[in-house]
Amino acid sequence: MSTKAKDIIPKKNRIKNDGLVFDIVNITLLVIILLILIYPLYFTVIASVSEPKDVAAGNVVLWPVGFTWESYQMAFNESRIWMGYRNSFIYTLLGTLFNLLLTIPAGYFISKKELPGRNLINMFFLIPMYFGGGLIPTYLIVKELGLIDTPITLIVLNGISIYNMIITRVFFQTSIPNELYESAFIDGAGDMRTFFSIALPLAKPIIAVIALYYAVGHWNGYFTALVYVNKQTYQPLQIVLRSILLMNEQALEAIDPNTLDESMVVALARRAYLASTMKYALIFIASAPLLAVYPFVQKHFVKGALIGSVKG
Amino acid sequence: MTAEVKSVLKQKKRFKTLHVLRNRWQMYLLVLPAIVYLIIFNYMPMYGLQIAFRNFRTSKGITGSDWVGLKFFEKFVTLPICWELIRNTLSITLYSLCTYPLPIIFALMLNEVRSTKFKKTIQMVSYAPHFISTVVLCSMITLLLSKNGGAFNTIVGLFGVKAQDWLAIPAYFPTIVVWSGVWQELGWSSIIFLAALAGVSPELIEAARIDGASRMQIITHVNVPTILPTVVIMLIMKCGNVLSLGFEKIFLLQNSLNMEASRIISTYTYELGLLGGQFSFSAAIGLFNTVVNVLMLFCVNTISKKLTEISLW
Repeated sequence: MSTKAKDIIPKKNRIKNDGLVFDIVNITLLVIILLILIYPLYFTVIASVSEPKDVAAGNVVLWPVGFTWESYQMAFNESRIWMGYRNSFIYTLLGTLFNLLLTIPAGYFISKKELPGRNLINMFFLIPMYFGGGLIPTYLIVKELGLIDTPITLIVLNGISIYNMIITRVFFQTSIPNELYESAFIDGAGDMRTFFSIALPLAKPIIAVIALYYAVGHWNGYFTALVYVNKQTYQPLQIVLRSILLMNEQALEAIDPNTLDESMVVALARRAYLASTMKYALIFIASAPLLAVYPFVQKHFVKGALIGSVKG
Repeated sequence: MTAEVKSVLKQKKRFKTLHVLRNRWQMYLLVLPAIVYLIIFNYMPMYGLQIAFRNFRTSKGITGSDWVGLKFFEKFVTLPICWELIRNTLSITLYSLCTYPLPIIFALMLNEVRSTKFKKTIQMVSYAPHFISTVVLCSMITLLLSKNGGAFNTIVGLFGVKAQDWLAIPAYFPTIVVWSGVWQELGWSSIIFLAALAGVSPELIEAARIDGASRMQIITHVNVPTILPTVVIMLIMKCGNVLSLGFEKIFLLQNSLNMEASRIISTYTYELGLLGGQFSFSAAIGLFNTVVNVLMLFCVNTISKKLTEISLW
């Protein structure tokens, strides 16, 4: 008995020491990872408010140098940015609404295992997750529907994400007790009534989560607009952003010291530098809405990811 | 059971189905919009895939164009650029597959943090890059790596590395794509593993501790085996996408100097089909891509089923 007790004590000590070293190493590594993750974002912000010349010379590393709002002034003078903002806002709002209209009822249907044909319809939903027509056939269909170069395309396309539908289905299956539906049925409510008056109000948390997912997708979307919408007035923010960022690249290359006199080179270089810090400002402006709401909605996003992981 | 009883039962079942349909037609009304949508935007394109076997002419339409069989597939395989496309696509995806353990390690590390406040802070910061748009991400990459004042050059300059335009060097292209992806998704991909780690039984850890296992041993012998099913499932899913590398990011990082490493199957179908107007050829390449993906998914899933009894289906 006594020898056993002796054995245990040094072991316990050893665990304690091991734990301390482990914690120190672990936390140090995590702090380093944290810094690496944060630095590109931090640099974008400090570069956007620094003196363009110092940014170009690589003097900006840890804090802003020669604080100035010039980059932001220049960015806000681009009228296309505002147009892109407005368009993206509309697409995000209507697009998300359309997404929810398709996804929530479908998820509700699939959650009812007892319905005849449910498995078949489930399969019908799952196949597009693995197999699709690809870019060109989809383009031809959209063209046939007359949706090329219309804002409707950006609202309607990517109408339903099967992944989000699965999350909704899991929510309906696990979070709403069956007794509730049964009592509604006994009270004489039809399926429509049950869905709108019982299931939907209780599904608010999951609706919030997938609405956020869809909204982020619309706000950040680039490919759909690139392929289907060429008209300038319909372009969303991401397309505008991209074209402005590319445009200024060429401005920098246009400087040729051999053909211009010195003062002009300096003035042009200054403008080119400003154009480049303006990009940092643009990046910040474009991400601002998301970054502003992110801390508040973060836990909802995570909730969704967790529901999705237990899809079973 | 006699045949008679069987047929009676069958009839009864059919009767029941009809009964359910009459009472619950509203349920089918609810799912109808989604079905119609999928038919138009997902199944019609699948039907339209037949242009890969036809010589598509706009004037003749999808079903009116002439059959050419496998002509476009042959054309693709004999194309000099074909192997470059496959090589570029594969090298980037396999490279990124190698970084698959990182979010798992990150989750294991995070799981060992005792202070909830510190843990929450790290989680919040590490999830943030996931919500940055691809356009913004690629602009940041271009700016940070640029020769004129890019932060990356400034920092590696401290260690004596000469400033370069990193995006202009084809050899670095896969590294840039993969590690910027790790930066963006490290935190977000770890959520699933963190959730799985919450399922580790405390009794098991206690038992291991009493037996004298160190923290490291507990991680490798208790935590890792517990989350293994999740790890395998996620890996299968990833393998299924081995050729469907995201178009946007590569396309946005492409420039004339890194083309030889950055031209991948999806950007090529875009160039060829939408910019070049070669619809059938482009559709054939797209179909080739999808078929390889589906085959990969089946193979990996079967292997996993044999080895670990974990499978998607």
